[in-house]
Amino acid sequence: MSRQSVRDMNRSHKIYLDYAATTPVDPRVIDAMLPYFGQVFGNPSSVHRLGQQSEAALETARETVAQLLNCQPNEIVFTSCGTESDNLALRGVALAARRDRGAQHILISPVEHHAVSNTAAQLAELHGFEVELLPVDANGMVHPDEVAGRLRPNTAVVSVIYANNEIGTINPLAEIGEICAEHGVPFHTDAVQAAAYLEVDGEKQHVNLMSIGAHKFYGPKGVGALFIRQGTAILPIQTGGGQEFGLRAGTHNIPYIVGLAEAFRLAQQERVTRIERLQPLRDHLIGQVLEEIPHSRLTGHPTLRLPNHASFVFAGIDGNALLMMLDVEGFACSSGSACKTGDPEPSEVLTALGLSRAWALGSLRITLGEGTTADHVEELLRVLPRLVANLRKIH
Amino acid sequence: MSGGVDSSVAAALLVSQGYEVIGMMLRLWSEPGGESSNRCCTPDAMALARRVAARLDIPFYAIDAQEIFNQTVVQFFLNGYAQGITPNPCLVCNRQIRWDFLLKRALALGAQFLATGHYVRLHRDGNGKLQILRALDQSKDQSYILHVLGQEQLAHALFPLGEFTKPQVRQLAREFDLPMAERSESQDLCFLGNGDTRGFLERNIPQVKNPGPILNRKGEILGEHKGLAFYTIGQRKGLGITAPLPLYVLEKDLLQNSLIIGTQEELGWNELLAAGVNWISGEPPAGPFRAQVKIRYKSLEAPAIVTPLDQGQVYVKFDYPLRDITPGQAAVFYAGEFCLGGGIIKNNQPQ
Repeated sequence: MSRQSVRDMNRSHKIYLDYAATTPVDPRVIDAMLPYFGQVFGNPSSVHRLGQQSEAALETARETVAQLLNCQPNEIVFTSCGTESDNLALRGVALAARRDRGAQHILISPVEHHAVSNTAAQLAELHGFEVELLPVDANGMVHPDEVAGRLRPNTAVVSVIYANNEIGTINPLAEIGEICAEHGVPFHTDAVQAAAYLEVDGEKQHVNLMSIGAHKFYGPKGVGALFIRQGTAILPIQTGGGQEFGLRAGTHNIPYIVGLAEAFRLAQQERVTRIERLQPLRDHLIGQVLEEIPHSRLTGHPTLRLPNHASFVFAGIDGNALLMMLDVEGFACSSGSACKTGDPEPSEVLTALGLSRAWALGSLRITLGEGTTADHVEELLRVLPRLVANLRKIH
Repeated sequence: MSGGVDSSVAAALLVSQGYEVIGMMLRLWSEPGGESSNRCCTPDAMALARRVAARLDIPFYAIDAQEIFNQTVVQFFLNGYAQGITPNPCLVCNRQIRWDFLLKRALALGAQFLATGHYVRLHRDGNGKLQILRALDQSKDQSYILHVLGQEQLAHALFPLGEFTKPQVRQLAREFDLPMAERSESQDLCFLGNGDTRGFLERNIPQVKNPGPILNRKGEILGEHKGLAFYTIGQRKGLGITAPLPLYVLEKDLLQNSLIIGTQEELGWNELLAAGVNWISGEPPAGPFRAQVKIRYKSLEAPAIVTPLDQGQVYVKFDYPLRDITPGQAAVFYAGEFCLGGGIIKNNQPQ
């Protein structure tokens, strides 16, 4: 067989290891969504029966999500994605706190998703908020004591990511939430990655606001939700009709909202089974990579991390070049400096860990999921050490 | 791939010939603030290249070459001007960026060949040596720029456009239904998006703005120049001198910082010395030979005798004088259709 046809086979044989970027929609979720495109298409705000049928689907979805988050249905607002949830939480709460009590201080971690960090940056630039960054340890974890020491009477909102997308580290949410609650400061968490595998409980974790997005847990792209604890002062950032308790105007995307609820239900219902299958694969992967590839490090916490998440840095290589080589070999992975424009900069998250540029540019993120098998991990382990070695040779 | 018609059609031809093609685009350095006008790799160009790759159903990757491009090509360009010559950065880019940096990365991806949209042809002679032939479309021929390549690089090179004319390539683009904008074929340097060489030099080499005397051959002062870097040999316009006969730049005297000008009769040299010569075959010819020599990308060829010297130098004696032999540009040697190699012009008065 010629080299070319071998490669052709490789290409058609793609192994997806980028489940933190997005996931395919579960066929059971598609089935749940399908009736709401053509058969039940009414606007839930309409008076007539068709509208009422859509409204019923909407409110059923809301109840499902509320139950899973251990909160009340009127504490759930549907949005277009996790990023929008983060925007609504941060901007809506900060501006309300400014209006109600003259608040001007925002406290976030340095390992937030851009949906949070860039929203905070804009609040600073346009509205004069002071954005303070919490310190993190070398694993990218926020320590509750650090939060306690930084809360002020004029703190508008605290936002700490539940589990980081780049390095997988899980933050001690309940402890941070408790401290914020004691001081009466609203606490938001971006749980977009966490919701696929971790316990999400607005009550137990003392959060005021929690963002989720469906496509990280086998739901469709383009739909998210925000938990807003009753009594949390918040302003809408998208104005118009009175949908979603006046907090998110715009006609409801019923099939997607139904899809989010069903995907979330399945994710939480099958959570333990999924973790029990993926975590050993992940641990094997991490162990082998660190053993077989010289000058490699795990990024993020060794144990308190998302169960499907492995992230590394390799000294002295270009992470983007490694992604291309992996892609050509048939593996879809990701990197902390992931950049399609050829203009790589080390990610802020990896820099916050204290990694030098030479290490931080050589990052690789491998995230497992429902389609991942032990063979996939073995196949990756067969090629990765060679690719890293080759890349180190051409510099 | 640049998003332009040439590299897009080159990729499409290879796909149609059954190659497994991977699209690569170099992200090159631009002066800060000029990123959106860099001719090779604006965000628009990249979006276009991605669309072409999507149409061809091939992978596409952008390769960061900003740092090495700045260190090699841009610094070479600035150093050349600082020394008073007129450098050709495209030669350095092809030698060090495209056919070294990029080629290594393509090979590391498992590729066997690096293909570009250059208009040249490749031929293997009876001894297995690879030769560069001029493009069939003489007006698009780019062998002048690619004379810097050797056997090692050519063994991995594909030039799918060499047999086509530009109008044919445009027609192919339509037949392949490739999405692309018609872009002007500017001769400006890619990293000077707006073509402002003068401003770029002033910002980066303060000493270029060093006025000095304009002299004739007799040593009489006729005026003042604004800095030698801003003039090229053979230039007539922009000297700021009124005279009964048109006057031309004859020479730049770097030691005295003076610009020597004269009439058309005084212009012209019939010899040059070139250094750093690359022979595409890998071996210098045994002795002097007759050749056609091109002294600028867009100049006509002139008949000459080329004599290989020691240390990678050649002496070229033209049959008749040429008026714009310019230190810093390449002298490239041809035998009929074949490009033999070339070197950088050091001097137009070797004695």
